[in-house]
Amino acid sequence: MRMPGAKMVVEALKREGVEVVFGYPGGTIMPFFDFLHREDIRMILNRHEQGAVHAADGYARASGRVGVAVSTSGPGATNLVTGIATANMDSIPLVLITGQVPVDMIGNDAFQEADIIGISRPITKHSYLVRDVEDIPRIVKEAFHIARTGRPGPVLIDLPKDVSVAEGDFTYPEEVNIRGYKPILNGNSQAIKRAMDFVRRSKKPVIYAGGGIITSGASEELTAFARKTGIPVTLTLMGLGAFPGTDPLFLGMLGMHGTVAANQAVSECDLIIAVGARFDDRATGRLSKFAPKAKVVHVDIDPAVISKNVLVDVPVVGDAREVLQEMLKLAEPLPIDSWREELMAWKRENPLTYRQDCPVIKPQYVVEKIYELTGGDAIITTEVGQNQMWAAHYFLYDRPRTFLSSGGLGTMGYGFPAAIGAQAAFPDRVVFDIAGDGSIQMKIQELATAVLNELPVNIAILNNGYLGMVRQWQEFFFDKAYAFSCLGQRPSCPRHCNTPNEECPPYIPDFVKLSEAYGAMGVRVEHPEDVEGALREAIQSPRTFILEFLVSREENVFPMVSPGAGINEIMIG
Amino acid sequence: MDYTLSVLVENHPGVLSRISGLLSGRGFNIRSIAAGETEDPSITRIIMVVSGDDRIIDQVKKQLDRLVDVIRIIDLTGIPSVDRELALVKVSSSVSRRAEVFQIVDVFRAKVVDIAHKSLTVEVTGELEKVEALIEMLRPFGIREIVRTGKISMGRGEAVAEKGGESRA
Repeated sequence: MRMPGAKMVVEALKREGVEVVFGYPGGTIMPFFDFLHREDIRMILNRHEQGAVHAADGYARASGRVGVAVSTSGPGATNLVTGIATANMDSIPLVLITGQVPVDMIGNDAFQEADIIGISRPITKHSYLVRDVEDIPRIVKEAFHIARTGRPGPVLIDLPKDVSVAEGDFTYPEEVNIRGYKPILNGNSQAIKRAMDFVRRSKKPVIYAGGGIITSGASEELTAFARKTGIPVTLTLMGLGAFPGTDPLFLGMLGMHGTVAANQAVSECDLIIAVGARFDDRATGRLSKFAPKAKVVHVDIDPAVISKNVLVDVPVVGDAREVLQEMLKLAEPLPIDSWREELMAWKRENPLTYRQDCPVIKPQYVVEKIYELTGGDAIITTEVGQNQMWAAHYFLYDRPRTFLSSGGLGTMGYGFPAAIGAQAAFPDRVVFDIAGDGSIQMKIQELATAVLNELPVNIAILNNGYLGMVRQWQEFFFDKAYAFSCLGQRPSCPRHCNTPNEECPPYIPDFVKLSEAYGAMGVRVEHPEDVEGALREAIQSPRTFILEFLVSREENVFPMVSPGAGINEIMIG
Repeated sequence: MDYTLSVLVENHPGVLSRISGLLSGRGFNIRSIAAGETEDPSITRIIMVVSGDDRIIDQVKKQLDRLVDVIRIIDLTGIPSVDRELALVKVSSSVSRRAEVFQIVDVFRAKVVDIAHKSLTVEVTGELEKVEALIEMLRPFGIREIVRTGKISMGRGEAVAEKGGESRA
C-alpha cells in the first residue's frame, strides 16, 4: 500500500500495538501528528519534551511495554536528552521519534536543526536516521525489537521532514533479522551447573538481585529459588519489588543507604549470587572492601557488565528468568540455618527507623502512612535524593513494576512525569509521586498534562525547604556549610546560614495556590495528626492531587555509608 | 600492551563515529584505527590497535559487541598474522644529499614517489617496527610531514577461521 512516510510511522506504531504516545509537536514533525490524530492511539501532550520522555519511561516501567515519545527537531529533540539518558542507564525500552530538517538541509545549520543522532549516540541503545521512505517499516520494526529485547534500552528514529511527506510502499515485515544483534537468552548449561555447585558448597550465601529481574519478569522464579534454597535476598534500588519486601528472607536494599543486615550480609558472605544487577558503585561502596570473602556467581544478559567492576568466578550470560528456571531445577534446601539466623538477628536488631522527636512531621512517617493506607497496593514513583531513599526504605514493595525511580542517572524531575506515564498505563491504580520540594519544581509544568488528561496522580511533596540530600552531604562532609542548597535563600538572608528558624522568609512557590492555578487539588499539611486524613482524601479523589507536607527540615537519611567507604562502615544516625 | 582487534561492522553511514565515540566515551586508548570495505560490500572491516591490560581489552570487546552495527570481533593479538602499515614521509633534501636518502630508502625496500627541488617523498610499507626505523633514519635530514595509515592485519592461513578469539562467549 502506498502512503506518505509519516503515515507509515503511525501504521507501524499500530502494528506494534502502541496504545499511547507522549509528545510535543513542532515544525518538522507535524506530518506525523497530522496522521496520528486521525487514529485511535491516545496522545498525551506534555508541557515539555523531557516530560514526554519521562512519561513514556514511567509507562514502560509500570507496564513492561515499550514507551513511545515524539518530538520535533532541534530544541524538541535536545529536550529529550536527559530523559533518554535516564532510560538508557536503567535499561528501559523506549522508542523516540524526532523530526529532522529535510535531508538536503542536514548539516547546513538550518532552522531548528540539531544533530540528535550524534548527540544521543552515547545514551541510546541504537539509532536510525531515515534517508529513504521505503526503509520506514523495517526501521520501526527493528527499533521496537531492539528496544525491548536483550538488555532493553532507548532507540531513536530521526525522521527528516521530506522523508515523512514522501510516498512509498508500506509492507510491514514479519520478522527482524539483524546480523550484529542476537541477544543470548539461555544460559550455558555447564555454567549453570557450575554456578549451582558453588551454591551447594557455600555456607554463607546471599542473593543480590537488581532491575534485570523486573525486566525479564523473573520475580516468581527468584522468589521460588530463594524460598527453596533458603538463601536470604538483598535488592538494589532498581530491584525493589523483584522479591517481596515483606518476605522474611528479604534483608532490604544494600549499598550507600542500604540496611545494616544487607550490607553486613554482603560483607560476611562466602558466595554472592548476583542476578540482573551490575555492581553499581552506589550498591558496592569501595570495591576493594566489597564482599572480601565471597566467590561471585553473576547472571546477566549483558556480557559487558560481567567482571566489569567485580571479578566474577562463575559468569552466566543469559536472561534472568530462563537461567533461574534452570537453576531452580537443580536447587535444594541448603543447611545454612545458622547463617540465616545470624542475618535475621541483624535484621531484627537493626530495623530502619527514625525518631518522632519533634512536633513536626517526619518525612519517613509520610511514606509509612502511604504504605499503610494503600495497603502496599500502589505504584510509587520518586524524584531523586532523600525523597527517593525514604520511598525505598519505608514502603515495602511486594510486586515488581511498583517502584519507579531513576536509579542510574539520578534524574531530578523524573518522578512526576513518570507517574503520569504509569497512571496512563493503569488508570484505576493508585499512583504516588514521592517528591522533594526541589525535584518537583523541575517538571512542575506537567501539572497541566495531568489535570487536562484527567490523570488522578498524587504528589506527596516532602517539603523541607532544602535540596535535602545535598544539605545532608554538606552537614557531613562540608562542615555544615549549606551552600546554595536552601531553596528559600534571598539576598536579605545571611550569606552563610545553617540554622533554619522561624525568621526564615516564606517559602515559594506556594504549592497550594500553584495547584489551584493548574486546576489540581492542593493541600498543605503541617501536623503529624493531619497526615492520615490528607492522604485518605488524596487517595479517594479522582483528581490530580498535590499534598505538601512541611517536614522536619534537617532530617537525614540513615543508614548511610560515606562515599568511598566500605559498605560495612555504616553510619546509623 | 597493545592489542589488535579486527572488527566487522555494517557498512552504514555513521558506524565509525559510533565506534570511535564509544571508545573515547569510555576512556579507552586507541593507538590506530583503519577502516575499509571487505569482500562483501555491505561489510566494513575496522582494524584497531588499543592499548591497555587484559581487563580493559575484555571491556573494549564486550562494549563494541553491544553495538547493533558490530557484526563480529576478532582478536588478532597473539595470533600469527600479517601486519602492515603504509607511511608517506616528506623529507627535506637538497640536491647534494639526495643520494644518501636514496641509499637508506633502498635498504628499507621503500620507494621514492615524488621529488621536488628541496624535498622528496618516501613511501614505505611494512610492519610497524620497519616503518618506525625508517622514519628514525630519515629524521636527521629533516622531516616535513608524515602520513600513516595505521596498522592493518590479517590472520595467517586458517588461523582466524579456526581460533579467531571471538568476543562472543
